Order: sequence, then structure tokens, then C-alpha cells
Amino acid sequence: MTARSRAAEAPETAPGDGGRLARRFALLRERDEAAFVPFVMSGDRGLDTTATLLDELVEAGADVIELGVPFSDPMADGPVLQRAATRAIAAGTTLPRVLELVVDFRRRSDVPIVLFGYANPFFRYGPEPLAEAAARAGVDAILCVDTPPEEADELRLPLRERGLDMIFLLAPTSTQARIRRVLSVASGFVYFVSVAGVTGVKTADPHAIETLVGRIRRSSPVPVGVGFGISTPEQASELSRFSDAVIVGSHFSKLFEEAPDDALAVREVVRSARALKDATRRRTAP
Amino acid sequence: MQKLPDASGHFGGFGGRYVSETLMPALLELETAYSRIRRDPGFKRELREMLSEYVGRPTPLTHASRLSDELGGAQIWLKREDLCHTGAHKINNTLGQILIANRMGKKRIIAETGAGQHGVASATAAAKFGLECEVFMGAEDVRRQALNVFRMKLLGAKVRVVESGSKTLKDAMNEALRDWISNVESTYYLIGSAAGPHPYPMLVRDLQSVIGREARAQMRKRTGRDPDAVIACVGGGSNAIGIFHPFLEVPGVRLVGVEAAGHGVPTGSHAATLSAGTCGILHGARSYLLQDELGQVREAHSISAGLDYPGVGPEHSWLRESGLATYETATDDEALEALDRLSRTEGIIPALETAHAIACAIRLAPTMPRSAILLVNLSGRGDKDMETVATARGVTLRGETPAPVAPARGRTDA
Repeated sequence: MTARSRAAEAPETAPGDGGRLARRFALLRERDEAAFVPFVMSGDRGLDTTATLLDELVEAGADVIELGVPFSDPMADGPVLQRAATRAIAAGTTLPRVLELVVDFRRRSDVPIVLFGYANPFFRYGPEPLAEAAARAGVDAILCVDTPPEEADELRLPLRERGLDMIFLLAPTSTQARIRRVLSVASGFVYFVSVAGVTGVKTADPHAIETLVGRIRRSSPVPVGVGFGISTPEQASELSRFSDAVIVGSHFSKLFEEAPDDALAVREVVRSARALKDATRRRTAP
Repeated sequence: MQKLPDASGHFGGFGGRYVSETLMPALLELETAYSRIRRDPGFKRELREMLSEYVGRPTPLTHASRLSDELGGAQIWLKREDLCHTGAHKINNTLGQILIANRMGKKRIIAETGAGQHGVASATAAAKFGLECEVFMGAEDVRRQALNVFRMKLLGAKVRVVESGSKTLKDAMNEALRDWISNVESTYYLIGSAAGPHPYPMLVRDLQSVIGREARAQMRKRTGRDPDAVIACVGGGSNAIGIFHPFLEVPGVRLVGVEAAGHGVPTGSHAATLSAGTCGILHGARSYLLQDELGQVREAHSISAGLDYPGVGPEHSWLRESGLATYETATDDEALEALDRLSRTEGIIPALETAHAIACAIRLAPTMPRSAILLVNLSGRGDKDMETVATARGVTLRGETPAPVAPARGRTDA
């Protein structure tokens, strides 16, 4: 059974079916490619640089973009993304300005955008106003790292009303019961955290998670992406074999941090992004 | 009264489990284990024995007669948690949680600490049960609480200095959560405050409620009645919830939490979360929070490291909202003055955290008749704060080498 028909059987899930995100995954299925999903911390090196980077990533083949909304206390992130968030906040990045960035981006591209952040800035903005503003800006989904299904309805339902998805996480620690719980509300895609850890510290071992991802994928009504600890085309290629999306975050933030200037930072990320997208086109290990 | 938290860990609109999915199985495992263990007679017996033979419970209830006379109003009574082993109430909770961790088969304990009292209490309990212990502590607090850092190391714990953010308790908690996410299968996270995701606020409250149960029985025995008000300082809120809880359903008893006003609430440099904060989500729970209008967490300030926290336990938010407790503040200066006054009148040097509660009692007592009774939770002793207090008064404790008693003879310095 395809993911699409499964979703049709369960109208509770996949509210964005038919939206940009679902269309993108459908297209990739036709092409037999995994999605390449870069994560970008909004406002790292300034929002203008982020805008440039988004366009360049689209050019480099990004299928979906995760746009980070910085938070002062990112408890699921390792040092690299903590520093990226600190820089972004210091540069004046706010959720309203991130939404403006998406409005601007939507004039040029229909690549799906997932806002990726923590509960406090989202809930402070207000679930209803956020769902409204996000829908209007052209955001496709929201991933709220520290909001499991149990606490999510307050945001999930307003999003669903407007055709936006709420992305949930699964992890190597997830029990069968947790997998069922998360899949019962999953929409857009499911984000499988490849390592028991924070972002960008441990390295993902594709072999260690293949069985679990396979099991989740078989019972999931939506595509299953893998993220955390991914930086090389080899990993991306291997993961593409058994997952629907490869998500890369800290690796880009590290390149961004180490580059001597903004232009070089963008160039470095784009160069790496091209190689990673190429890898997701090869669904077998080289 | 409704039993809170509810099954999903909420106290009205507060609490819950706002954590990354990676931690959900661990929280559910702890919840299940705790609901089983709390009914286990073996656990209850072991905890009771440890509290009496190791901690020194019951702690005394002391009538602060000279302070009360000086103030000329309500009689102030002190619940002496400063006399617990390790010098503060924190050990009530750490011992209980270590017993739970032990029963869950966890070999490694992690903890966050602000003033270092919870770190010391965790290191102590871990040492007693032969478990590995790592304590996360903000670099700023490491500087302020050098004595407690040394104590933790003596007790065999590893102290992990946290350099991120404001380098205080909130950042120590972030780092402890990150460690837990990374080592969740082997590790037990021993939260020291009535904060964090469910079931911690409930668990910590249950373990600290021994304070209020004892105090109520002692008070009735000594004075024949319940107090008019119960006063406790509130950072995360564990000592306050512990003494409040057994009085929640007692009519006529006011519950007063005292937050740190730092340099004064209007200055913005304070830790008065309930008094000046707004509802938000931090460290796994929805509660009051010091934050800006966009949801970034603000740095708190208090002279007392244990109160220097921009959040507060969710049950306190609920108690405030439902009107079951009220929350007041005391500034750094008021706390220092209260520390001074209690030391001189009663021969008890309180912790700077506790001094905030004393400051509130000093304010309230003269407004009440002599027949009135104020019960104050004397949550910890002040030894650890002597350097901070000295610095605040412009006194240097170190840096001056005392003159030798007699010159050494017949030897030359190499």
C-alpha cells in the first residue's frame, strides 16, 4: 500500500495532503529519490544572508527546507546549533521576522518550508495567530522539538484547520507504543532522530537504524525522514536506501560558523548541499 | 479537593511534558516505576529509615523567641531543615530518588545544581549507594559556590562546569537534559526542584512533603494549633511545595511563597518569576517564566544562587492562579539584612535563599497580633554563602595571609 492511499484511509492524518509538502514527496517517489532536507538557522549571519542561502539551496536541489527559529534555551541541541541560535538572536532574529522571510521566499520558490523550533517562542506567539500567520506566509509545516503528541493539540489542530502539517519526532529510544502514539497524529512526514542524543554530536550509523526505520516506515501513513548526525554523502546515500528524506543541520551550521565571511559561508554550504542532494538520488550505496 | 497533577501531569493549565520525543519513553518509564515503588512497603520502610538514621529527621521546630520579641508581633517558628545532613532540605528528595533509581537499576546519576546544595545532596546520596554521579553547574555558580564544588568532589562526584547561556541554574538544567537525552538508557536524571517535566514536580513534592507533615504535627503538639501562615522561599520551589502541601486543605492557613526580587522588581534584575513573569514553557513544563515578548528566556538575577532561576515549578503557578497561595518578594538587600538579624537574635545563620523567607516574616510579623503564628521553612544553613555575604559587605575573607604565630627557627625556606 502506498503512503498516499494509507493517508486517504485515515483522514485524521496528513491534513496537508495535496499541499506543497505532499506534492514534493509524491514527485520524489516517482523519481525514486529521497528528499534532501537542509536545516538553516534563520538569521545566522543575518536574515539577508539567510534569504540568499535559501535561494542557493533551492538551486542546489533542496527538496524541503527546515527553517530554524532560534530559542535561548535549545535543550535538544548540541553546541553547534546552540551557538547558531545565540548568533541569530544576537542579530535580532525573531519569529515575526522569520515569517516575513518566508513571505519573501514564497515569491520566488515553491519549495516546502518547515519551521523548526521550540515550544516557548511558538506558544508565546500564540497557537492560533501562529497557524494563521504561518499559513499566510506560505509555511507548510511546523516542527516543535519539545512538544510530543501529548501536548501538541493546542498547536496541531489550528495548523490542521489551515492545511498545515505538524511534524513529530521518533527516536532510537521509541518503544512500539510510542511509535503507535506518534504515528496516530503524524502528518507531513515523521522525523526519525538517528541517534539518542542532541544535534550534531554523535554520528549517525545507517546500519544501526535500518531495521527500526523500516518498521516505522511500514506502519507510517506519511514519509519517514532521518536526521541528526548526518554530514557526508556516503551517509546520505545509505540512508536514502531505506528512508524518504535525509535531513542535514549541524553540519551546515558548522560550515557557516567556520567560514571567514558571509559569501564564503553560503558557498561552502551550497557546495556540500549539492553533493548531499546527489547522494539522495542514488538509492543504493556507491 | 481535586488530586493534582492529573494523569497527564498537568496542574490546571500548568505542568505537562514538553520534552523531545527521545525523553518520552524515559519519563513514562519513571512514571510507571514511581507509581509502583511509592506503594511498595519495602521502599517506604527504607526511605523512613534513611531519613531518620542518615538525614537526622525529624528536624526540630524552633521558636524564634528573641526575633519575635524584637518584632513585637506574630510568633515566628522555624522548621529546621538546615539541620538535615548536608545542611538543607535537598537531601529529602535526593535520597528518595536515589532509592527509586536503584530500584530501576540505573547506575549513573546526573543532577543540576544552582547553589550547589542539590549537587551536594545528590553526590551524598550517590556515595551512600555507590552510584556514579555527575553534577552540572553553571560557571557563574561554580565561582559563587566554591565550597560546595569542593564538597561535591570530595564526595566522589564529577562536577561539569556549564559555560553556555547565563552560566547559572537554567543552563545547568539545559545541559543535564542534553546529557540525559544522550545517555537516557543508563542514566537517572535526579531533578532537585519541583520543576521539570511530569512526573518530576509530583515526585519532588511527594518526597519533600515530609517537611510539612512533620511541621504540622510538631506545631499542633507545641502550640495546640495550626499556624496562621506558612512562609517559604521559592526558586524552583521544592522547599516551599514541601512545607505547603500538607497545609493545602487546612482552613485558615495562609501559604506565602517568597521570590527573589534581586535588585528590585522594577529594575528588571530579579528572579521573581511568579510576581513579574508570564506563562511560558521551559525545561519540560508550562509554568510562569521570565521571558521577553517573543518568548526568549530572560536571565534572572539573585544574590542567592539557589533562587537565580527564571522559571518556577508548575504547581506553584497553579497555586498562585487558583489563589491557594500568594507570592511575595524580597530583594538582595532585604535578604542580607534578614540573614544578619536571624544570626544575631537566634544564633542561626540561614542560607541566602532561606533569608528571603525570613525577610518576609520580618515584614509580616509586626502587622499581626502576638497570638498569631508564622511558620517559616528554614530550608538551609548559610555556611556556603559566607563568601558572598562578606563580599556584599566589602569584607575580604581571602587574600590576606595571617601572620605566623612564631617565626620558624633553624630552618630556611627553600
